[in-house]
Amino acid sequence: MISLLIRDLRIATRAGGGAGLGLAFFLMVVILVPLGVGPETQLLARIAPGILWVGALLACLLTLDRIFALDFEDGTLDALVCAPVPLSGVVLVKSIAHWLVTGLPLTLISPLLGVLLNLPAEGYLWLMASLLPGTLSLSVIGAFGAALTVGVRRGGLLLSLLVLPLYVPTLVFGAECASSLMNFKDPLAPFIFLIVITLGALAFLPMAGAAALRANLR
Amino acid sequence: MSNPNDTSNDLPRGGLRVENLTCTRGGVPVLRGVSFKLSPGVAVLLRGPNGVGKTTLLRTIAGLQPPLRGSIEMNGAIAWAGHADAIKGTLSVSENLRFWASVHGVGRRGISATLDHAIESFYLGDLTTRPAQSLSAGQKRRLGLARLCVTGAEIWALDEPTVSLDADSVTLFADAVRAHCAAGGSALIATHIDPGIEAATLDLQPYSTRGDLNDAPSGGDEDDDETPLGDDVFLSEGSL
Repeated sequence: MISLLIRDLRIATRAGGGAGLGLAFFLMVVILVPLGVGPETQLLARIAPGILWVGALLACLLTLDRIFALDFEDGTLDALVCAPVPLSGVVLVKSIAHWLVTGLPLTLISPLLGVLLNLPAEGYLWLMASLLPGTLSLSVIGAFGAALTVGVRRGGLLLSLLVLPLYVPTLVFGAECASSLMNFKDPLAPFIFLIVITLGALAFLPMAGAAALRANLR
Repeated sequence: MSNPNDTSNDLPRGGLRVENLTCTRGGVPVLRGVSFKLSPGVAVLLRGPNGVGKTTLLRTIAGLQPPLRGSIEMNGAIAWAGHADAIKGTLSVSENLRFWASVHGVGRRGISATLDHAIESFYLGDLTTRPAQSLSAGQKRRLGLARLCVTGAEIWALDEPTVSLDADSVTLFADAVRAHCAAGGSALIATHIDPGIEAATLDLQPYSTRGDLNDAPSGGDEDDDETPLGDDVFLSEGSL
């Protein structure tokens, strides 16, 4: 299992691995929004948590189809199914690897981009606190979606359509959590919901993803 | 349908028994009533024209798809090598092999000996640090076959393993299969050429459900479980 994680991270960080793709996309979205909205600092501060969350979600979505498609094409997935490792564990490890190269760096860089969007300083902590588990649940849910569409040629559109509705709760509670301090609300309640969603996704979706993979390999 | 990992039977380690198997491709049955037994130390070549269902049978036995009917019992682990080599282009030759060895539970201590053995068996010694994407098609195939050596699985299910191999490499492959069988393993090999292995042959054509592939149609009744070659084809050392 650990060797699978190491291998996935190694592949992602080598040339053409696409580790920087999600991060670069996130940066572009967040940098372009202030240019588009204009120099209205009050407005920017109000929409900053939402922009950061939507950017994170889209960056995650952009890199989802790599989770299984490449392994499917070169036969690795077939060999992994035959190998003496639980397939749900494979799905879990691959979603965590996806999070480590997409969600985690994106969370770490988000305060920097908060400055760009004039996010009040007290909001940084909750922004990061919401993005950290939130992006993990995005990766796990996304891996399930990727497992469902693994055999489909050019399945990117189908994958997006499948996964976007599943992303809505995470986005709602995540953005709510990140922005509630500015709206003088308690960020703890949405944060707990976010944790519950993440834990639920971690508990059930790897198994569902494994079942989807088996069905798709037939 | 039986559990493929069921070991509570009389099969020896590395043995495989297939009984009255019906397997499907794309929802359509292609082979019906396949029964045979594979003993340890034996390699079997699966023969038959294109589309008869060699790959389908191997995928079913490897557990990649469920059988429509019948049972597959085996004692031991199975390793699958299909048309794709399961090799990552950005990883080096030894990184690829090391990954597959650890996935198959080769411990940290035994791993370098296992790797050395696999690399030596397929003459990959000069290529170990090269990224796999810079290998030629034949070298990639050799790496894909070397992967089998590091899995430690008793039963090999190989689909067209000699594609894009030159004559010398086919000899290497035959030696590897021989060594595997000598160590008590068994192998099922779908192939169109003669790899030069002392192996039994299983012709799949009589089991085909397709009339155009079947020279002598055998009844054609849906529920007819009779096989043209009798109840059971035993493939063991005695039949060689």
